[in-house]
Order: sequence, then structure tokens, then C-alpha cells
Amino acid sequence: MSGSVVVENLVKVYGDLHAVDDLSFEVGPGEVLGFLGPNGAGKSTTMKIITGFLPPTSGQVSVCGHPVATQPREAKKCLGYLPEGAPAYSEMTPWQFLNFVADIRRPADRRGRLDWVIGQLGLEPVLHRPVDTLSKGYRRRVGLAQAMLHDPRVLIMDEPTDGLDPNQKRQVRDFINEMAQDKTIIISTHILEEVEAICTRAIIVSEGKLLVDESPEALRRRSRYCNAVTIQAPLKDSVRAALGELADVAVVEPERNQGLTLIPRPGCALENSVRDVLLRHNLKEVPLHIQAGRLDDVFHTLTHNVHE
Amino acid sequence: MSNLLAILRRELVGYFQTPVAYVFIMIFLLLSGALSFYMGNFYEREQADLGAFFTFHPWLYLFLVPAISMRLWAEERKTGSIELLITLPVTVLEAVLGKFLAAWIFTGIALLLTFPIWLTVNYLGDPDNGIILGAYLGSFLMAGGFMAIGACISATTRNQVVAFILSLVACFLFLLSGFPLVLDFFQLWLPQPVVDTIASLSFLTHFSSINKGVIDLRDLSYFVILISVWLYANVIVVRARKAA
Repeated sequence: MSGSVVVENLVKVYGDLHAVDDLSFEVGPGEVLGFLGPNGAGKSTTMKIITGFLPPTSGQVSVCGHPVATQPREAKKCLGYLPEGAPAYSEMTPWQFLNFVADIRRPADRRGRLDWVIGQLGLEPVLHRPVDTLSKGYRRRVGLAQAMLHDPRVLIMDEPTDGLDPNQKRQVRDFINEMAQDKTIIISTHILEEVEAICTRAIIVSEGKLLVDESPEALRRRSRYCNAVTIQAPLKDSVRAALGELADVAVVEPERNQGLTLIPRPGCALENSVRDVLLRHNLKEVPLHIQAGRLDDVFHTLTHNVHE
Repeated sequence: MSNLLAILRRELVGYFQTPVAYVFIMIFLLLSGALSFYMGNFYEREQADLGAFFTFHPWLYLFLVPAISMRLWAEERKTGSIELLITLPVTVLEAVLGKFLAAWIFTGIALLLTFPIWLTVNYLGDPDNGIILGAYLGSFLMAGGFMAIGACISATTRNQVVAFILSLVACFLFLLSGFPLVLDFFQLWLPQPVVDTIASLSFLTHFSSINKGVIDLRDLSYFVILISVWLYANVIVVRARKAA
């Protein structure tokens, strides 16, 4: 099955800078693709090309089967886009702004769709206040409402939670999760917890090149902290020494309160051997925390190496 | 078409939601009135026409139209809303026309609000209202010409001040292109036919004949063609420099 968004060999060159360098991927309905990468990695540029704002230097993009280059209007009709920073016309009220978008998008059930996005995003209290007097959170929600108004099959969001407080972030994430069932969603972010919270797949790009394309779980397994064992309790030196001498332990990192984290050699599990050591020292009840792997660690390793 | 109307309506409503509309209309009415009475000697001429009123329109537009046009595209660039506009299912042409027409209609509203001077001259004497109507039309077309130049220049930058100054200079050159101030510069290094062409592009020449009551198709088509050319350039600039 071909995806709702197909990107093939995409290249974007500014002067002698390769902002996007031979990028290819496909995303289908039900997928939430997290687009990760350091600042300036080409995330926003790629999204601008998919949404038809920028023309690519070479390569093709199609949305819902419509090539963006030759059928821009059809492609734009089936996607909703939240640009970075959620720009809107600042002198307008959300009500006027959404009506303007509705004038152009012309959804079948105009009144129903307007009511739905306003209700879903809780815009009633600010509906008749100019956008430039609204808080960041509300402005972002107005941007989301605008992107969702015509119930698009493809939703593209550039840093949807950037600059929001934790509660607002959560609201936006819940909203995206609700939308995720039957839509194709692409979000860019550099907040890694977001990838775990909402994405079914993650792509990491750096300097315009695709580095990894896999599930967040698989990504986490790349971490050297995957299966690492953390003990958050004071341990005697003899115990520490015994743990450090285990064959499968690669590195020992100190934790607060004289605890420690044991990082396994690649592909090894430590839990059982650590329990044995603790048992021998009569420390049966000391709690162990088995780590699933840290995305920030994977992210750093992957994107850092590019520069070396 | 309905996309164009949606953009036009959004823009036009936008003017009246900010002080821009009220400041512009107020200043335009005050200046056009003051100039015709004090500098145009509206009473002293003892003529029942609006020559004293229309003579100053090119000079008023020179400053006031770039003040309207400067934000048309530069502001969209600055706030990033251009990304929103272009990724809606509209064509660049629809966006360019919608914005231009809204701005032009807005200056038209300001122009219509000068009607008290028309009432005054009809009260005081017995003017040829056909000439006055023609002059209003000419003035409106000329405002469109200034606006199209300003809209195109606004699309080249994200800085409204730069857009204002460059538009003012461009409009000034078009205004005076039939006069030695501009022609002497070109005469030095361009062949005579080209210089003549430049001279024929002058707003003032075309407007003054309309103002005198001579409605020549050449003068009308001059403004229509000028507007079309600048709007076409506007489309090209927006397409080429969307992200810059």
C-alpha cells in the first residue's frame, strides 16, 4: 500500500547549503511520524516542501496521491498544516480567522465543523478577542483549529508544542492522539518525550540526511542505557566493587545518594546477575530499576557523530 | 473566484480593525481639503470645477498609497502568515489580486468620502459634473497604479519601512518620468526612442489630461496596463521569494 504522504529523493539546496539531502520516506493512515533532528537539520524545510510552500530543488512529494508539484491545489486540499510558531492574522479574532479559512476550505458541513474545532480546542472563551492579545497556548490552539477545520486526511505540524507550558503540551498531545486513528500525521519536534507520548514512528535527520527511520521502541533499544540497571540506594563499597566486576557490565555510572547505574555490554541483560550479587550480600529488598533506554542519549549519539 | 473574494474580504475587514483605516482616511480627507483650499486657491480661482482639488491627488498618493501598500506582503512575511496563506488551496494569483483589490477598494472608499467638496462646488456654482466624474475615475485609476507598484515592492522584503521607502521612490519616478528631473538622467546614456517611451510613462501627463476632462482611451488603458504589469511582477516575486 502506498502512503498518504510519499517523499522521494527530496533535495533542497540554498546556495551551497544542502538543507535537505536526498530524503525519502512514506507515511500512511494511522501513523504518527515524529520528525526529529537538531535545529537546522532540515525538518521545517521538508515540511514546507510537503505542504507546497517551497518548491524542492529536485525529488518528488505526493500527498493523497496528488503530486505537489503538478497538482498543488488538490494536494493542499487534503492536508492541514500548522506552520512553525502557529502564525495567524493578529488583528483578527479566532472567529473571523476560522471563518476566513472556512471561506477558502469550504468544508461540507461548515457550521458543524466550526463548532467542532471550537469545542474540541476550547476556543469559546477567546472567540471574539483579537489573536494578538491571546496567550501562546490559545494561539497554538487557533493554529490547530485552522489546520483541522476541513477534517484533513493528512495533518502536518511544525513543533506543535514548542513554547507551551506542561498542561498545554499535554492538551495538544491528547488532541493529536485522538486524531491519530485514521489520519496521517507528521510532527516535527526536538522534545524527545513527545516522540514517546504520541509517535508510532520516528525519523531522525541531521544536515538534511535521513539517519534513522524506526519505531520509538526500536530507537530506544539503540541506547547504551537499554537494559541498564539503576539502584537508587546507598551501597557499601564491597557491593559496588562486586557489581562493577560483573562480566556483562561495560560502565558503572554513579547516581545520587551513592546509588549507581550499571550499563551493560551491547546485547547483554544485567538484571539476573545483579540480583544474584545483591542476594549474596543480603540486599534482597533493594529496588532495581531496569531502564528501557534513553532517547536523548540515542539522539545525541546519532546526530553528534555526523560532525565527527 | 470565491477564494479571491474570501481574501479580499479578509483584507478589507482587516483595515477597519486596526487604526490604519481611520488614520489614513482622516489624513487623506484633511490634506486633500487643506491643499485644495490653501494651495489650490479653491475660492480665489472663482471657477466652478474641482481642478484645485484633483491637482494634488498625485502628490497625496505618492506618500499615502505606499503607507497602505507597504504592509501587504512584508507583514505576511514578517509574521509567517504567508506560509499559512500559500498552503491554503489558493493560487498565488488569487492572493495577489485579492490583496491588491482590497487595498485599492480601500483607497476608493477614502476617495468617495471626499464627496463634501463635490457638494460644495455644486452649491456654489454650476460645474460640469461629467468632468468631475471623469476626474474621480482618473484619480482612482492612478491610486491603483501606485498601489500595484507598492504591492509588488512590498513582496520583495519583510521590512515594511524598506517597502515604504522603495515604493515611494518608484512611485516618484513614475510620477515625474515625463519631467527633466528624471529624463535628464536617462538622456545621457539612452537612445531617444527609449527616452520618449520613459517620458510617456509619466503618471502626471496621463492624469492631467483626465483631470482636464479629456477621457482618452489611451490614458485609461495606460493605467490598466501599468496595474496589470506590476501585479504580474508581484505574482512572480511572491512565487520566487516565498521563504526569503
